[in-house]
Amino acid sequence: MSSTSDARTPTAAPKAAFRLSMLLYDQRYRSITIQIIFLFALMLGIAWLVDNTINNLRALGKDFSFSFLTAPAGYDINQRPIEYDSQMTHGRAALVGLLNTAILAVMACALATILGVIAGVLRLSNNWIVARLMTVYVELFRNIPTLVWIIIFGAIMTESMPAPSAFRGDDPSASMFLNESVAVTNRGVYIPSIQFANSLGTVNLGVVSPSINWLLVFAVLIAGIYANKAILKNATAVQNATGIRPKTWWKSLAVLLGPVLVLFIVFGAFLEYPELRGFNFADGTHLRNSLIAMWLGLGIYTGAFVAEIVRSGILAISRGQSEAAFALGMQPGKTMRLVILPQALRVIVPPLISQYLNITKNTSLGLAVGYMDLRSTLGGITINQTGRELEGMLLMMLIYLAVSLSISGAMNIYNNRIMLKER
Amino acid sequence: MKTSVFYGTLAASALLAGAASAQSTLETVQSNGELSCGVSTGLAGFSAPDANGVWQGFDVAVCRAVAAAVLGDPMAVNFVSTTGQTRFSALASGEIDMLARNTTWTFSRDVDLGFTFAGVNYYDGQGFMVNRELGVSSAMELSGATVCIQTGTTTELNLADFFRVNGMDYEPVPIETNAEAQQQYLAGACDVYTKDSSGLAATRASFPEPGNHAILPEIISKEPLGPAVRQGDDQWADIVRWTLNALIAAEELGVTSANIEELAAGTDNPEINRMLGSAGELGAMFGLESDWAVRAISAGGNYGEIFASTIGEQTPIGLARGLNAQWTQGGLLYAPPFR
Repeated sequence: MSSTSDARTPTAAPKAAFRLSMLLYDQRYRSITIQIIFLFALMLGIAWLVDNTINNLRALGKDFSFSFLTAPAGYDINQRPIEYDSQMTHGRAALVGLLNTAILAVMACALATILGVIAGVLRLSNNWIVARLMTVYVELFRNIPTLVWIIIFGAIMTESMPAPSAFRGDDPSASMFLNESVAVTNRGVYIPSIQFANSLGTVNLGVVSPSINWLLVFAVLIAGIYANKAILKNATAVQNATGIRPKTWWKSLAVLLGPVLVLFIVFGAFLEYPELRGFNFADGTHLRNSLIAMWLGLGIYTGAFVAEIVRSGILAISRGQSEAAFALGMQPGKTMRLVILPQALRVIVPPLISQYLNITKNTSLGLAVGYMDLRSTLGGITINQTGRELEGMLLMMLIYLAVSLSISGAMNIYNNRIMLKER
Repeated sequence: MKTSVFYGTLAASALLAGAASAQSTLETVQSNGELSCGVSTGLAGFSAPDANGVWQGFDVAVCRAVAAAVLGDPMAVNFVSTTGQTRFSALASGEIDMLARNTTWTFSRDVDLGFTFAGVNYYDGQGFMVNRELGVSSAMELSGATVCIQTGTTTELNLADFFRVNGMDYEPVPIETNAEAQQQYLAGACDVYTKDSSGLAATRASFPEPGNHAILPEIISKEPLGPAVRQGDDQWADIVRWTLNALIAAEELGVTSANIEELAAGTDNPEINRMLGSAGELGAMFGLESDWAVRAISAGGNYGEIFASTIGEQTPIGLARGLNAQWTQGGLLYAPPFR
């Protein structure tokens, strides 16, 4: 302070000359000096790591190349969302793995959200038994590692369900559920699948070739959702003007389901039931043990965390809000749905994002039950068969990073939309 | 002061690390006083700990023979369990000095992964095991079956090729370890378990009722299994290769753990004398003492003795010698001359 103070006083002489020692002793420069030194140290560290890697790779006689991605993979994958066989490339196998990761992540996020919201709300219930039951669920699942749950669910499916052969014969020891349409076996659950008699073929998009029928169904469904939004908006406008909300449920139902049903009839949609043929059930959709174990393990485990997030969000809303709602004569259910939860969402969404990210990253535990996700295909078999550990791991890290950042970005957009609008 | 101590330590440890990496594998093993040997996570007969926690088996015997040849003590082995997926990383990173884990010698593993296979200690082929209740008598009847398979193995690729070539489809169930595969197979979660047929026999031997399970006659691949080392250290590769050859040659020459002490003193057969070190300087050529082969053979006997005591017909695994008989007996075992 003493040496620099005169520089700051307006009456002082021209600036003191810059001396090198000021870099360390002058508060104005010190932080910059430290940052530059740290940056250099960091860059040196990275350079050392890269150099070390290059040298060791050379010592092992290995090069650094991603050409293995275009070589035939040679292995089969059981769960194939897109067309794949063992003669396709390692890159294709990695894509199949990535899609499997995405399928699992979406399913587990949905389950965790539904369970979490129900458990979080019910844990605050005035009903003692319900509230305690939810406490037991949350504490039981939160405090046992997710891998253990995944293995438990996998073992239950494998060990306690009947083998497909038990469904055979005149007097089978096991039978299918729901009017002979669902078979629960120790190899997974077989459910009916929707097939179209009049197929419009597939559209080739380079890597994937989805069925045109399904694309149309989804397009119509999305259009229906937008139309439904317009209907609801209109209803709100009418309510604001007249005080009477017109009945919209039949309009919504018609807009949402009507066009889809018409499409289904035009396409000749029918349910294909699973049927025991040879060693296994054929036809229908096969939800494999590995998928079910991962889905339940991740979904129920993370649901316990989501429940706590939801509970904290609800508790963050002051009691006055619910008291005011009750004073207006609102039912507890409506109070929760219309008053508490919309406000609580602002507190809930940010930590919920990190739970979704956790689920996505935890899908990499799939190998424990043989789920063929990105980690099992690219990060497992491909690395093992080609010996490209470094390239495979780097690629896998990049993909997980990209996926996580996209989820984070999308959820942040949603968070911005529900944030308290300050005007 | 503190920082200079810190940097000093850092520099010293970096130097030490550099020095350690420059050491040959033989020197590393000798200075550690034990051999780090990668084995399976447990496959009866090949490598599995017994009731006392001591590793036993056909692959384990190779590790013990190398340890005896190099260190003089067959028990000076640190066994590292590796899965099909971790074994190559463990070897490449130097965590283990050699890998004796039913590993198939293939072109890409030898050339591209940068390993050297020291020879073949078991000529195997991939087979299928099914429950007899299924009434399947040939692998050609397996269309549509659910197949348990250990990931990261050559069997995974052979399986895909076999079903593809024969125009059949199947449902693969990928599994990490033999124990998990066994549990899935016994629970009926898969119809078929595929693996090297020696491994199938070993796995079946540990079932509660082995008689209910049949190994199908088709052998769909060549699986020469052998110990592997890192490429680039030829001296160490030679030691492992010739230790294995010594075990094989000992059987051919009639050297057994019973008569070896007598024969080591000197015999009429010059090849035995050269191998056992009573004549010539073979041991010194790769940096070992002259009685290296005597110690290796004394560890568990010659190849035939090891085979008989771990996986042979008198054991629960009950494998016949088949391809693994000496060349003089119609098999493929053929050790190059000790000269």
